[in-house]
Amino acid sequence: MKFRSEDRSTSLGVWVANVKTQVANGARLAALMAGASGDAVRMLAVLSRRGNLSVEETTCPSNLHQFPSLTPEIPSVIWYEREIHDLFGVRFSGHRTNDALVLPLADGAQPPRPGSGTKLSWATLGETPPRTRLEGEGAFTISYGPVRSGVFESIEYLVETTGEEIPSLNLRVTYKHRGIEKSFEGLGVNDGVLLAERYEGVASVAHAIAFCGAVELIGGIEIPQPAGYVRVIHAELERISNHLDSSIRHVEASGQAVAFARLSFHKERIQRLRSRLCGSRFGRGVVVPGGVSGSPKLRATELLAEVDSLELDIAADLKLLMNTPSFLDRLRGTGFLSARTVLDHGALGPVARGSGVLEDARFVRPYAAYGSLGHGLIEVSGDGDALARQRVRIQEIEIAFALVRRAVEELNDLDGPVNDQWAAHVSRLSGEAIGWAEAPQGEILTWVQLRDGLLTRVKPRSASFHNLALFPLAFPKDILTDFAFIEASFGLSIAGVSG
Amino acid sequence: MPWIPRGLRNGIVTSPYPRRSDRYDAAFKGTIDIRDVEQSQTVSTAAEHCPTQAITFVDGAPQLDRGKCILCGRCAEIAPDVFVISSSFETSAIRRRDLRIPDLEESDDNLRLVRDGLTRRVRSLRRSIHIRHVDAGSDGSDEWEIAALTNPVYDVQRLGIYFTASPRHADILLVTGVVTSGMMQPLLHTFDVMPDPKVVIVAGVEAISGGLIGEGYASRGGVAGTLPVDVFVPGSPASPFSLLHGILTALNRLPLREMSTGLRTGVVQKGVRDE
Repeated sequence: MKFRSEDRSTSLGVWVANVKTQVANGARLAALMAGASGDAVRMLAVLSRRGNLSVEETTCPSNLHQFPSLTPEIPSVIWYEREIHDLFGVRFSGHRTNDALVLPLADGAQPPRPGSGTKLSWATLGETPPRTRLEGEGAFTISYGPVRSGVFESIEYLVETTGEEIPSLNLRVTYKHRGIEKSFEGLGVNDGVLLAERYEGVASVAHAIAFCGAVELIGGIEIPQPAGYVRVIHAELERISNHLDSSIRHVEASGQAVAFARLSFHKERIQRLRSRLCGSRFGRGVVVPGGVSGSPKLRATELLAEVDSLELDIAADLKLLMNTPSFLDRLRGTGFLSARTVLDHGALGPVARGSGVLEDARFVRPYAAYGSLGHGLIEVSGDGDALARQRVRIQEIEIAFALVRRAVEELNDLDGPVNDQWAAHVSRLSGEAIGWAEAPQGEILTWVQLRDGLLTRVKPRSASFHNLALFPLAFPKDILTDFAFIEASFGLSIAGVSG
Repeated sequence: MPWIPRGLRNGIVTSPYPRRSDRYDAAFKGTIDIRDVEQSQTVSTAAEHCPTQAITFVDGAPQLDRGKCILCGRCAEIAPDVFVISSSFETSAIRRRDLRIPDLEESDDNLRLVRDGLTRRVRSLRRSIHIRHVDAGSDGSDEWEIAALTNPVYDVQRLGIYFTASPRHADILLVTGVVTSGMMQPLLHTFDVMPDPKVVIVAGVEAISGGLIGEGYASRGGVAGTLPVDVFVPGSPASPFSLLHGILTALNRLPLREMSTGLRTGVVQKGVRDE
């Protein structure tokens, strides 16, 4: 959504009261984002009410030492406050909100605020002693990461245990912080979208759509109809890949060699299909500001034949998997999340849907061509365990295939030559807006600020930022050997959290 | 046991590479070749539009740095006579300078020295190679491509190549990502505890040059300043075939057919400056 800051900025006290009241009345805190305005810090609370976004904004002096923390009333805000503390130097009142989340700067080091010089010196990191909560005889902490056993993204899990159960889990995501938000500054929108694709590489298409969505809102640009279909095709193939990846991790953890081989073979086929459509196995370069870079490089008949064959093969193997007791036993009851926890922490995507919270940005705020394609409803059990999340993903794979097929057919049926109709013209824009997309992991929000066609601030918020914060709460009755399953069922991306 | 027939359903899906050549579909953006080394207006425009400044001019002749190229294909759109997208994945090199094409430097004696040194080091590894991967600040896609090496299509175990949990078993350190301030120490530590002889492979342009992120307050802009690098595998991210090519380049196990391109990254036509 587009907004002008001068219209909305309110005093700090009013802002705090507004945000608290809205959340108390059922709005979801979708994001808390900070920006710079001269020496002052702008604070944007993005709220979602039944899918409709609104922004509450306030400005505070950067040397304010006690910004009132919202964490006591709104638990989902704690990671945002910790992130803003790291990157803006704002100190929040309250207990744990000033623990480093993404960048543990040494005392006195300059935080990397937007506009504060494009080349900041190499960050001096301070100490980050691990927080432990558990005390008592036999309690110890297992530090797992950042270099973990396998090909994983870097993150450190601090598992506090007395042997089997996991009464407390802490995590540190500082390791991967790349400072990518600073890299956006000064780029044009056509370069900016390439960087957005690399914010969270496994959801490149969704991030490109959210970024371009914001740019298009600023310019009041409507993307050409065929471009909407192409965006849907690539976004849904990305969803299928990611959901298959979650299943692959599950079967790898449960030691099912044939299922692992089958599903990873299917995932490779999807990645290759994606590269046949656009040259990139991750759909990079397809989504551009104003539309898409061109038509799919595969004829509709060939594409549909490949989609049909993939859908049949994948459905058959997933059906067998969901009838394999040794697989189901590991997921049933594992990693339970109640609907209450999910709502309190603003969980997103399949993690929320597994607990019965259904909001999906594709359908509550339709973008690309989703509004015209319709959608299948998923049936949720709301059981809240890893099995429920797996079932959600399997249904989403089915729906994704149906959407791809419908988008290809619609694209094929469009009349007349479409050669020049792939992207609308984007002029040198100024303004700011928040774009969105439903990534495989859940809703992405991207705040884009433009001045004379150049980016002054880009803040993507990936779904994993909410879901990873929830991860430590998913171990109420689980033991160490459940860890890999719970992690797989979350389908997280660490790059999208560390930034 | 319903899974057993399921495992046989599609027959053999494994690539014959490297015994025989294999490739992605013709549409795959594997790398970019240079066709002509004359400078022209369109070539200058292409260089200006390159998002990572991968195109430079040496004495007026364009040179493309594959260690910076993120394969957006913009140059090939602007100057299609000069920059040509190719589906080739055999792009890894044992020296950073070999990623710059065409090779405009005169002497090349040093290449054999580097190659011989690496060959001596890997000789004792024989046919059981253990790889330790470290994510030093990737975007996450690189890990997918590395994990794909264990799927039935690439199946690196058939070549005696395995991923290992412990750096103490590892022969090869495979690094992805820009090298963040947070991952510097874990990366150095992993390298230190690996037994000799060890080989370092960096995968993806972010690990080679920082890619689009470049250098910043939290990014070192690649691995080279932190560790001695033996093989550079370009790509954004490096595709599974490129990774396989890079690993086999390190081990000196490519058939001669591949070696020629593996060592001297390809230029379609070297043009006038070769005389």
